[in-house]
Amino acid sequence: MPLARTDTNPLFGVGATSTLRLVVYLALGVTLMVADYRGHYLARARQYAAVAIEPLYRIAAMPADAARNVRLAVADRQALTQENQRLREALLLTQARLNRLSAVAEQNTRLKELLEVQQSLGLGVQLAKLIDIVLDPYRQRITLDAGARQGVVVGQAVLDAYGVMGQISEVLPTTSTAVLITDASHAVPVVIERTGLRTIAYGSGSSDRLDVPNIPVSADIKAGDKLLTSGLGGSFPPGFPVGEIVSVAAEPSGMFAVAVARPAAALERSGEVLLLRPLVDPVGPPALTPEVGPPAPPPGELMNLPPASESTGGAAARPARGHPLSTGHPLSTGHPPITAVHVPMQSASPSPRARS
Amino acid sequence: MSRHRAHFALSLLSLLAACLLQLMPLPDLLLPFRPYWLGLILIYWALEEPERVGLGRAFLLGLLGDLLQGDLLGDQALRLAALAFIVLRFRPRLRFFPMWQQSLAVFALLLNDRVLSLMERAFTAAPMPPVSFWYAPVAGMLAWPWVFLLLDDLRARLRVQDT
Repeated sequence: MPLARTDTNPLFGVGATSTLRLVVYLALGVTLMVADYRGHYLARARQYAAVAIEPLYRIAAMPADAARNVRLAVADRQALTQENQRLREALLLTQARLNRLSAVAEQNTRLKELLEVQQSLGLGVQLAKLIDIVLDPYRQRITLDAGARQGVVVGQAVLDAYGVMGQISEVLPTTSTAVLITDASHAVPVVIERTGLRTIAYGSGSSDRLDVPNIPVSADIKAGDKLLTSGLGGSFPPGFPVGEIVSVAAEPSGMFAVAVARPAAALERSGEVLLLRPLVDPVGPPALTPEVGPPAPPPGELMNLPPASESTGGAAARPARGHPLSTGHPLSTGHPPITAVHVPMQSASPSPRARS
Repeated sequence: MSRHRAHFALSLLSLLAACLLQLMPLPDLLLPFRPYWLGLILIYWALEEPERVGLGRAFLLGLLGDLLQGDLLGDQALRLAALAFIVLRFRPRLRFFPMWQQSLAVFALLLNDRVLSLMERAFTAAPMPPVSFWYAPVAGMLAWPWVFLLLDDLRARLRVQDT
């Protein structure tokens, strides 16, 4: 009689007691649920409990992990070969991307240099890309991807990070052409940074050469002198590097000296250029401070070039003294070559001290 | 005494196994077919050893299940208490059913459990569950004979060892 035995079991009362207990437990469950749902009072308790039963989760996850490991271990050769192939392709692709990235990084540094120029100028500038280059003895032109729609007008100066490149000569709706300073028909009014001597640099038709003819024999000019735009003529604002004197020689007639300069701008390398906004009013010649005179070369050079040094020699510059140009001159717009401290014994390439 | 201890150990082990099975990760395809192991184990012990399984213990087991599964606290507790109540109430009849009838009864119990769960969901404004919500009782029904036979066999062996 199992029925009777169960019914007499004292632990589990029949009927009312049992139902009552059920009701109590159901009520308890509902209370708990409401408390948990409404107030989240039990969240903290659950956190602690969860920490306690965390090992259980670990154990429960073990069969699945084991199954995964087994599947990995018995993965057949073909699948592995396929995966290998796929990874190889991915590697190739990644390497190609990486190579492209280095090119992009290089471009980035170039653009940053341009950007620095732009910031130091404090002038309105516009970035443009080169889309075509013509470099032959008769025509030295570049074509840019900015035109009239971008606000380009004829006569705008074209710069790169290192110096003046040329000026806009022709404007089309979306492109424009610039004459490089090395074009045989182009001339830039320049001033020699060290002495303030004004002259004109003509294009030579070769992209690494500027001619500076008609220098008085008595003028103080030598290899390593830097040429800046003088601002005369109004095409270029003053103070931008144009080039650096490479050699000075006498003209066959002996009346003038002729210098050859190397352009400061990377005419053959620049991929992006800056277009200077047109100047509002033509800029006159730089106002030199009265005490600025071409300083005489140091004594060692007096021996080599007696006539030139005698005519200009007066106050010999001492090595410790900075050049007047480097301080209060309006030319010094913050561009590195202008702020360089003058060092009497200048060589063809700027010495580190002159840069610092 | 040792027999009691052995039985106690067996019931604990079966509960632990049920917890693990309940938590075990399964492929998504099989997930709806996971039987409600805690419920099955509780039904077994309520049928076989009612003096050990009261509503209180069922409730506690449900709380443990809630903690494990991260449900609303009290959800499984309530359902398991109700389940235990029904099993204990109809135990004399359930116990002597043939296996297939017992399986059907278990199916009904688990289905009832699902309905309770659905009611709770309705109260918490949860959306209606998908059809796969109803697969679990079927799986539970199919699993029941094996659970029953395995545990019965284990208990019989323990008894043999003791005597």
